[in-house]
Amino acid sequence: MEVSEDLKHIRLEKKHADLGAKMVPFAGYLMPLQYTGLIDEHHAVRNNVGMFDVSHMGEFILKGEKALDLIQRVTSNDASKLTDGKVQYSCLPNDKGGIVDDLLVYRINDDKYMLVVNASNIDKDWDWISKHNTDGVEMENISDNTSLLAVQGPNAAKALQALTDIDLSGMKYYTFEIGTFAGVKDVLVSATGYTGAGGFEIYFNNDDAEKIFDAILEEGKKHDLKLAGLAARDTLRLEMGFCLYGNDIDDTTSPIEAGLGWITKFTKEFVNSEALKKQKEQGVERKLVGFEITEKGIPRQGYDLVNAQGEKIGTVTSGTMSPSLNKGIGMGYVKTEYAKPDTEIFVQIRKKQVPAKVVKLPFYKSK
Amino acid sequence: MNIPADLKYTKEHEWVKIEGDTATVGITDFAQSELGDIVYVEIETEGETLDADEVFGTVEAVKTVSDLYMPVSGEVVEVNEALEDEPEAVNQDPYGKGWMIKVKMTNPEEAENLLTADQYKELIGQ
Repeated sequence: MEVSEDLKHIRLEKKHADLGAKMVPFAGYLMPLQYTGLIDEHHAVRNNVGMFDVSHMGEFILKGEKALDLIQRVTSNDASKLTDGKVQYSCLPNDKGGIVDDLLVYRINDDKYMLVVNASNIDKDWDWISKHNTDGVEMENISDNTSLLAVQGPNAAKALQALTDIDLSGMKYYTFEIGTFAGVKDVLVSATGYTGAGGFEIYFNNDDAEKIFDAILEEGKKHDLKLAGLAARDTLRLEMGFCLYGNDIDDTTSPIEAGLGWITKFTKEFVNSEALKKQKEQGVERKLVGFEITEKGIPRQGYDLVNAQGEKIGTVTSGTMSPSLNKGIGMGYVKTEYAKPDTEIFVQIRKKQVPAKVVKLPFYKSK
Repeated sequence: MNIPADLKYTKEHEWVKIEGDTATVGITDFAQSELGDIVYVEIETEGETLDADEVFGTVEAVKTVSDLYMPVSGEVVEVNEALEDEPEAVNQDPYGKGWMIKVKMTNPEEAENLLTADQYKELIGQ
């Protein structure tokens, strides 16, 4: 990505650079890619605890008695199932069969919701939701004043508990509480994350960023908490088979093709629900699958997937060496006939067709 | 950033050590730090004679992949097989245990076109 002059800035940008982070432009922000090294950071999160600054993510607040109706119309999951303090993974289907973005929906109370969206899509999502806001729901984009730290790993609750009165170890996955954290009031602590390692995402105003970050770093020392960057975040999410917008899903991929049928609920009407329902009933021609390289090699985004005859059957959308499994793993769309687990496929890596096997997700099963 | 003064360099971030008509080749400290954790070094050109700037192999880091280019023309006479089991040596010791190939140069004068340490430093803005 080119460094552009209109780069946006997370509040703690300078602090990360001072702490030794390699900073790179990502989704319009200068973000920490890694500190000590991707593999170290990856293992720290999988096996202990690590902290990511993901303040580039976008947050919208929707208020009013029609807020739920609007969310129901623009998202694919059934947000009416949410109760106060619950979070739901969902997506914004477009009207052409693709996906505007994937997001988290937080129900703060029955007429106040928070939507958490991808940094690269903040403007696009805002415009899309605004366009569908025909009932005057009050919308506020708090992305520019909101910081987000993800403290992830099996020891996250232990590492953070001394900083808050919220009972962290008692929190269920995909729930949140608003409380005092590191002496700061009204901090939203959510038992969510993008790593599959467990842990919390902590949302607060930028003005408290330094205080909260420093407190976690200081308290984290007792627990050997490591700072982790976007590079480790990507290998961790890919080991779980979590989709990354822009790689595995985009404006042209349908949630059904992407294996997001579980968040596409036909209990209600939403943008393009008729067409997606038909897709679900009639089947799709391609599907997003996970695959493991069975010999040596690392799949990369954009590589061709081929069959035993060397004919192209799909494309890799995400690929990496898995630090936890120590092998090449990837996701990609393949013709549906090749989508069953254990199907042998091949990845075209430079001049070689390297054998791979379709597997069930996640790649990494937590102990 | 470690850039030994007694080595030669290329724009593609390889270092070259010239001893008689033999050139030992690896990637620089700068290159390894840009690539991040290296997990796989693929060199399948042993015994082949290649021209300068031809690809002699590939280095795979967790997040990215990069081609390796011949700094000079010649035969790839030896490949560092230790990298098969210990690719991280390229990160830890790029100018030592992380060496990649030895080349028997067909035209030793080509070595004069390589960058000096100072020129390389300038290239990477150090």
